Formats: sequence, C-alpha cells, structure tokens
Amino acid sequence: MDLASAKMIGAGLACIALVGAGIGIGNVFSALISAVARNPAAQPQVQPFAFLGFALAEATGLFGLAIAFLILFVF
Amino acid sequence: MALELHPLEQFKIEPLIPIHIGGLDVSYTNAALFMTIAVVLITALLVLGTRRGALVPGRWQSVAEMSYEFVGDMVETNAGHGAEPYFPFVFSLFMFVLFSNFLGLIPYSYTVTSQIIVTFALAATVFIGVTIVGIVKHGTHFLRLFVPEGVPIVLLLLLVPIELLSYFIRPFTLAIRLFANMLAGHTMLAIFGGFAASVGLLAILPVALDVAILALEVLVAALQAYVFAILTCLYLRDALHLH
Repeated sequence: MDLASAKMIGAGLACIALVGAGIGIGNVFSALISAVARNPAAQPQVQPFAFLGFALAEATGLFGLAIAFLILFVF
Repeated sequence: MALELHPLEQFKIEPLIPIHIGGLDVSYTNAALFMTIAVVLITALLVLGTRRGALVPGRWQSVAEMSYEFVGDMVETNAGHGAEPYFPFVFSLFMFVLFSNFLGLIPYSYTVTSQIIVTFALAATVFIGVTIVGIVKHGTHFLRLFVPEGVPIVLLLLLVPIELLSYFIRPFTLAIRLFANMLAGHTMLAIFGGFAASVGLLAILPVALDVAILALEVLVAALQAYVFAILTCLYLRDALHLH
C-alpha cells in the first residue's frame, strides 16, 4: 500500500473520534434541558456550564480531527 | 487533486512587506496584519467608547463596559478572590481571541487563531504564567497540586503520573482546541463553497448550508474565546488555591 492511500485511510479512521463528540454534546445539552425543565429559575446559573461543557466535548472530537489533518497534510 | 489542497489555501501565510534581518525572516505577513487590526479595533472600542464617560452609557460605551464586566465577573467567579491582579491578562486574552475569531469570519480575511503557532503561543503564555504564579505563591508546596488528599499510598503511585500528565498536557489541549475549531470551521466553509462553484443550478443547496455553517461559526468564535478565557481562570484558581 502506498503512502497516499494509507494517509487517506488513516485520516478516515481518525475521524471516527467525532462519534464521541456527537454523543458527548448530546449528553451535555440533554442534561441542560432536563435541568431547566425541572427548575426553570436555575437557567442563568446552569447555562454557562452547559456552554463550557459543549466546548470541551467538541474539543475532544476535534482533537481526532486535528490528528486526521496531521496525517493527511504533515506526514 | 487540485481540489484537495484548495480548502487549505486560505490558511497560507503571505508576506506583505518582506523584511529580512540577519538570517531571519521577520516579514510583515497577512497574519501580522490581522493581529494588528484586532489590536487596533479592541483599543478603539475601549478607548474611544469610554471617552465621554457618561453616567448613562451610550451604545459603544455600553459595549465596552459590558465586555469589561463580563470578563471581570468571570475572573471573580472562576479564579477566586486572589486573582484580581490577573484580570488585565485574562481580559486581553479574551478580547484578542474574540476579535481574531470574528475578524476571520469576514470573507477574504485571514483567521489568525487558525495557526497552531499563534494559539500555542497564547496557551504556552498562560501555562508558563500560571505555573510561575503557583510556584512563587506556594514554593515547593506547589507540588501538592498533583497529590490529591486522602488517597492511599498504593493508588498514589498510579495517580500522581496521571495528574502530572494531565497538567502538562494543558497548553497543548488549550492550543489545539482553539486551533482545531477555527481550522475545521473555515475548512468546512471553503469545501461547501467549492461545491457551490462546481455544481451549477443546484448551487443553492451548498450556499444555504454555508449560511447555516457561518451562523454556527459565529457562535463557535464567541464560544471558543469564552472557553479559552474561562479555562485560563480555572487554571489560575488551581495554581492559587491548589485544588
């Protein structure tokens, strides 16, 4: 297998990490919706945590994407 | 093959004013131009916005005051009570990342924070600064940060290396989070734009998707600046209060 094909396959495999990002982000916002549904007065306190959690969960998936780009364009 | 490189062409750094000193290339590049524009805009917003100093603020003064209050609140809530001296640093960091991200959304502009070296410089500054703050404040006691309380010695052998690893990986995660978000967002915009150029009448679909992704990118730009600043505050709290 030549390098270019291996790179394509590697990049594709590295993108599987984004599944985790999707599940994580879904979890974060599901928790936010449940919390606000139970106690609407708590929304301004819970919302900053929800956005922080979203960004951190997305970041973990994007680490996988960064590896995919690394494989494709640096090696 | 030509299409493969095209989405990444937007990240190319081009020297606008070539300057070579000694063997070093210190040209004024398009990245440097947009960093300068970001700094000039932030300074203009804050200095000119509060020039009148009215008790009932007008629009620009309101925006300047809101940004100050937002970051001040964030530092106070998340970094604890010993962190007031570090507010200017967190404020500069937040405003620079925010304005750089937003400037990158303008078509044909350059996103400064999509370069890993820029985000790594910011993240390394935060990491080294916070570590020095912790060491200066606590001395050798700073190492207590890696040893959680009430843990049996056997578990400590496993836990301390993990804590050390997660501490030293902080500048990298901080840098890569911002860089990957900006890179992925702009690459997606460029790829769907490329589709629109090559499809013909159906081009309305990629363009509509591009509009939606641009809206998402606006949210991501603001959110990533917020996350960068709030993580800086949290790391500062870890260093100041050792837990």
